[in-house]
Order: sequence, then structure tokens, then C-alpha cells
Amino acid sequence: MPVTEARAPDLARDPWATLRGLTHARIGLGRAGDALAGADVRALQAAHAQARRAVHATLDPARLALGAPFIAVRSRAPDRGVFVRRPDLGRRLAAPDAERLPCAPCDVLFVIADGLSALAAARQAPGVLEAARAALPGWSIGPVIVAHNARVALGDEIGERIGARCVVMMIGERPGLSAADSLSLYLTWDPKVGRMDSERNCISNIHAHGGMDHDEAAFRLGWLLRGARALGRSGISLKDDSMSARLPPAAP
Amino acid sequence: MVFHATLQGERYRFDDLRALLAKASPLRSGDELTGVAAADPVERVAAREALANVPLRAFLRETVVPYELCDVTRLIAERHDAASFAPIAHMTVGQWRDWLLGYEADEAALAAVARGLTPEMVSAVSKLMRNQDLIAVARKARVVTAFRNTQGLRGRLGSRLQPNHPTDDARGIAAALLDGLLLGAGDAVLGINPATDSIEAGMVLVRMLDDVRQRYDIPAQSCVLTHITNTLAMIERGAPVDLVFQSIAGTQRANESFGVSLALLDEAHQAARSLRRGSVGDNVMYFETGQGAAISADAHFGVDQQTLEVRAYAVAREYAPLLVNTVVGFIGPEYLYDGKQIIRAGLEDHFCGKLMGLPMGCDVCYTNHAEVDQDDSDDLMMLLAAAGVNFLIAVPGGDDVMLNYQSLSYHDILTVRSVYGVAPAPEFEQWLERMALLDGRRRLNANVPLALPGFMDARD
Repeated sequence: MPVTEARAPDLARDPWATLRGLTHARIGLGRAGDALAGADVRALQAAHAQARRAVHATLDPARLALGAPFIAVRSRAPDRGVFVRRPDLGRRLAAPDAERLPCAPCDVLFVIADGLSALAAARQAPGVLEAARAALPGWSIGPVIVAHNARVALGDEIGERIGARCVVMMIGERPGLSAADSLSLYLTWDPKVGRMDSERNCISNIHAHGGMDHDEAAFRLGWLLRGARALGRSGISLKDDSMSARLPPAAP
Repeated sequence: MVFHATLQGERYRFDDLRALLAKASPLRSGDELTGVAAADPVERVAAREALANVPLRAFLRETVVPYELCDVTRLIAERHDAASFAPIAHMTVGQWRDWLLGYEADEAALAAVARGLTPEMVSAVSKLMRNQDLIAVARKARVVTAFRNTQGLRGRLGSRLQPNHPTDDARGIAAALLDGLLLGAGDAVLGINPATDSIEAGMVLVRMLDDVRQRYDIPAQSCVLTHITNTLAMIERGAPVDLVFQSIAGTQRANESFGVSLALLDEAHQAARSLRRGSVGDNVMYFETGQGAAISADAHFGVDQQTLEVRAYAVAREYAPLLVNTVVGFIGPEYLYDGKQIIRAGLEDHFCGKLMGLPMGCDVCYTNHAEVDQDDSDDLMMLLAAAGVNFLIAVPGGDDVMLNYQSLSYHDILTVRSVYGVAPAPEFEQWLERMALLDGRRRLNANVPLALPGFMDARD
């Protein structure tokens, strides 16, 4: 990495100043003997406390500003406490909500789901959804579903009931210390109850703290969706080669 | 077979070996989730009483996952070595527990019986052990493996350097890699979990790790922990792959949910060995496991999660791995709820892996939705070091910014080394000395980025 004159004074005081700009990882931390410096220990504790708060937050659909009608559904987990300990309940719709879902066949259905961070769904999902609509010309897109106390597999039941060819779960990841609001997209072709995780493709780490931005996520999603449509399935047989799709052909 | 125990005048019945193992298991949320846990603490102790009286031979007659439904069960049966089993064949589980703690069960005696053990026997005996027993027996066992350095020697503790980045940015990863090397970590493996499934991105990272290794002549192996089919594709495309990584579990169905089969593991094992990249050994496989994996794949067959975990070790040992680690708090509080459960599980996994003959390491970690904090991780880290764990995983500051969980920090590894007087693999320790990263008394200098000159130059 080139070291400029302007940077030199900073580097004299903190040799890690420039490198820290390359990652949000906690690099170049101080030491007290072998141990971490006290200030770094307290900074980690503060971030952990924030993440604990995000886990127990709830998703407020009114604040998503979706601009279009949406359908709210709940899983069989009645509250956050049960949700954390009973993933099985988070994978199935509460019976009345399942009955309420219309049959509305479409190419792709988007589900905004709280998962383990309602904060992530609230901050990232609307932007990704908007970018994804633009990246999918010619695809029919179903009604937006907002799902509470939801795990990834809840999308299978939702997609099956709606009659979607593909479901995209936009779901809050479990909060980390550097990002308590990171979103993942899980794409499942021909969704139905009982699909295995190996039948899905995932795009993760969508957030504003050095993670993937909304346009990039939508680009990759579009690439995967077209690939899944061509293959007739999603999962490990569908590889994310979207990088090579953007690279110029290799020199001979 | 039905089992019984009478405890303080009350008679308990256990319908089969599977139920008996589950009810004897220390309390954990995953077994409660699947409904196999003991109803209360008294039933749990009664189950242990019954389990202590079960002959080890009974485990050769009764399977916990049906033979016809599971290739892992078939593998366990086919690979059982009667000659290795002979010295303990006459014992009950309870007698074997006492034998393991006895003076006669030394390093050689433990190694001699390893191939005679089934995962279910090993799981059973661990349930009759307190935490200190798990430590005391495990530290007698040694499993030494090698690739570009030697892992698992007495007086040594390896570390995996895990420089993950949320978008696989090569410069961001390089900065975290430099940080770890300057803090003396990485002899077990320089291992990146990529953020995407992209083969192209994986190739970029494999090449970057290999460039760094060659440039500074680091006696360590590298790995991009992507799906085994991606690694096979990278090998086909000529990437410098040292180790093949794969997550594995204890039933065929769970492995299918990971998109992996025994045939695929065979193929990858052969492919990596054919590259002949190791300098001091040819252990080329790296496996991760963790209690709860089979449950989350809905592939548990009513078996307790710890027994399923040990069955994954039966898969691992088929492939003479360089490294195996349990990712003990990663899957979440639905399987291991709090610090107490995670610490117990970490000690069990290490003990069971070592008894099975695996080079067992651990990712001492937790997620933010579990009732755990860094103090619990400190406890498990120290206990595992006392138990002689082969290696531990570390990330910058203990915070993995890609996988969003907390592991140990490189600093934590330094602390363990000085508390227990252990050092990294000998080849790697010599490298640290050669690069003047140590102070001559096995302590780490205050290394600035320029201590490895030119490290960031060519990573655009």
C-alpha cells in the first residue's frame, strides 16, 4: 500500500491508520502484555450489548415505507423468546395466516423477514427490493410479504401457497458486533415445504458498514435468478459466477 | 433392547439404546427441541445408572440410526476393528469410564483402541464423565498430523488465522491476514470463509494466500473454506489448493443437506493428495462439525445431538484429516443455550474426537442471540488448552465481521500460550523467530505492519 506524505504523521502515531481503512475487522488493536488493551475490551463489550438489543427488536411494517400494499404474516413462534429457542416454529406459518394467503402465481416472490435482526430487514430490505425490481425486467413479481418471527424455510410455505416459481427471503442475519443490521437473500426455486438448505442459494452480508450494497446484491440476485430459471432449480448445482459475467474475456 | 434402572426406589425404563443415550446426556436446548432429553434431573441420573451397566458389545448389536437408511451407520459397522476393540470388549460403559481414567490407559493404550471404538460408545462414556474427566483423559491422547508443519505435538498449540471480510475484498483480507501473522497466529491454517459461493472469487483468494505464503516462506497451509464441489472445481482449474474443507455431520441425510456424500469426500481427498503440496506430511482434509448440525437439517432420527456429533467424527477419520474442529457455539442457542452448555459441549467434542483418533481443534465461539459472553469463551479456551486441544481459531479482536459471531482473538491465543507454556508448531515457531516477530523468550514483539516488509504492496 502506498504511503503518502500526508499520511506519514498519522502513521507515526498509529502504524495501522491506513490499513484500518481497508476492513471493519478489529485489526491493529492495542496490547497489555499478551492481552487486549482495556479500551478495546470495553469497545467489544459495548458492541455486544448493541447486538443483544437488535436480537430482541421487532419489525414494524409501517416503517418500511414500501409504497405498495403488502401482506403481513406470522410464524408459529408467538414471541422473540420462543423464536430464538424454537426454529421449527419459525419455519411454519401460523394457521390463520396460512389460510389468508391468496393464490397469486408469479415468477418471483419477495418476503421481508425479521429473522434474527429486525433492524436489518427494516434498513436493507426496501432498498434491495427496489433495486431488484429494476434488475428483473420481464419477471412477474408477486405481492410483497412481511413475515414476523421468521426463519429462512418459512419462505417455502409462503411461496408454495402463493404459487411462486421462486421465493426470495430477505432476512435479517444474526447480528454481529460490527454489523447488527446485515441482510441475507435466500433464493429457492420451486418453493415447497420440506426443501433442503442445499436447494437454496444465498447472498449475504448486505449492509452499509463495508458490506455489499443494494445494487450489487440486486445484480447478483438477478444473475442467480436467471441461472435458476435456465437450470430449473436452485442450490449447489447453481454456482455464483456473476463475477466472471462482468469481467472482460480472458486474454489468449 | 429395553434398559432399566432403579433409583431411590423408583424404577425407570428406557425403550432402546437411542433413548437411553439421549436421556443420559447433560441438559442442552437441542435435545429439548427434539423432545429426546430426560424429563427431569432424576431421570437423567437414572439413565446414566442404566448406561453404566450396558456392555460395550451391546453397541455392536444395536444401531441408533437404521443401517439401511444411513451410509454413516454402514461406515461405522464396516470400519469397526475387532482386534483394537479386544482389550476393552469385556467391559461395560461404566467400567470403561474408570479404565480411561486409570494410569494404564496412557497415550499408547488410547491410540491402540481408537479403531475399535464406535461413536456411540464414545458418546456414551462421555455422558458418564464430569468436565474434569473429559479434560484428564483427552490430555493423555495425542493425534499428530502434518502438511507444511506438524500439528498436535505435546507442548504445542496451533491456531487458525481467520481473516474474513464481508465482501471478500482482497486488500481487506490481506490487512487482517497481516494483523494475525504479526500477532503470531496461523500455523494450523490460514483459512478464509468466503462470503459468496463464487468459484472465481475463491480462486482469487486461494492464489492470494499462496502468494503470501511463498513470498514470506511461511511454513503453514492455506484454505478457502468453500463447498467441496467448489474446491474440486478450483483444483480442476489449476488453483494452488492446499487443504480441502467441508462441513460434515453424523447422518447421511444431514450430509445430503450439506450437499456432500462419502463418494464426494473420497474424490476430493484423492484430488488434493494428487497435488502433493505438503512438505512435511500429506494430511489434506479440513473438517468442521458442530452439535446441532443434524437437527437443523432435520436429519437427527431421534438421536441426541452429541451422539450425532461423534458420528460425524467417524466420517472425518476416514480421510486422515490435518484438522478437525467443532464450531461449538456457532449454530445457536436452540442447540446450546448458554455458556454452561457451550463449555460442556466443547469439552465433550474435544474428548470424543481425540478418543476417535482425530486431530481435534475448536472454534470457541458464540452468537449474539445466545446467553454467552467473552468470559464464557475465556473459560472454555483455558479448559481446552488444559485438555491439550490441537488448535484454536482466532479472528481480529474476537469479532468475525463476515460470519457475524464472536470467536477468540489473536491476543487470546498469546494469553493461552503464556499461561500454559505452549508454543505454535515447531516449524512455525522457527519462522516467527526468523522474521524477528518473537523476542527470544517466546514472547511476541510489538510488531508494526512494516515488520513484514511490502506485505500490502501487490494486493490491488
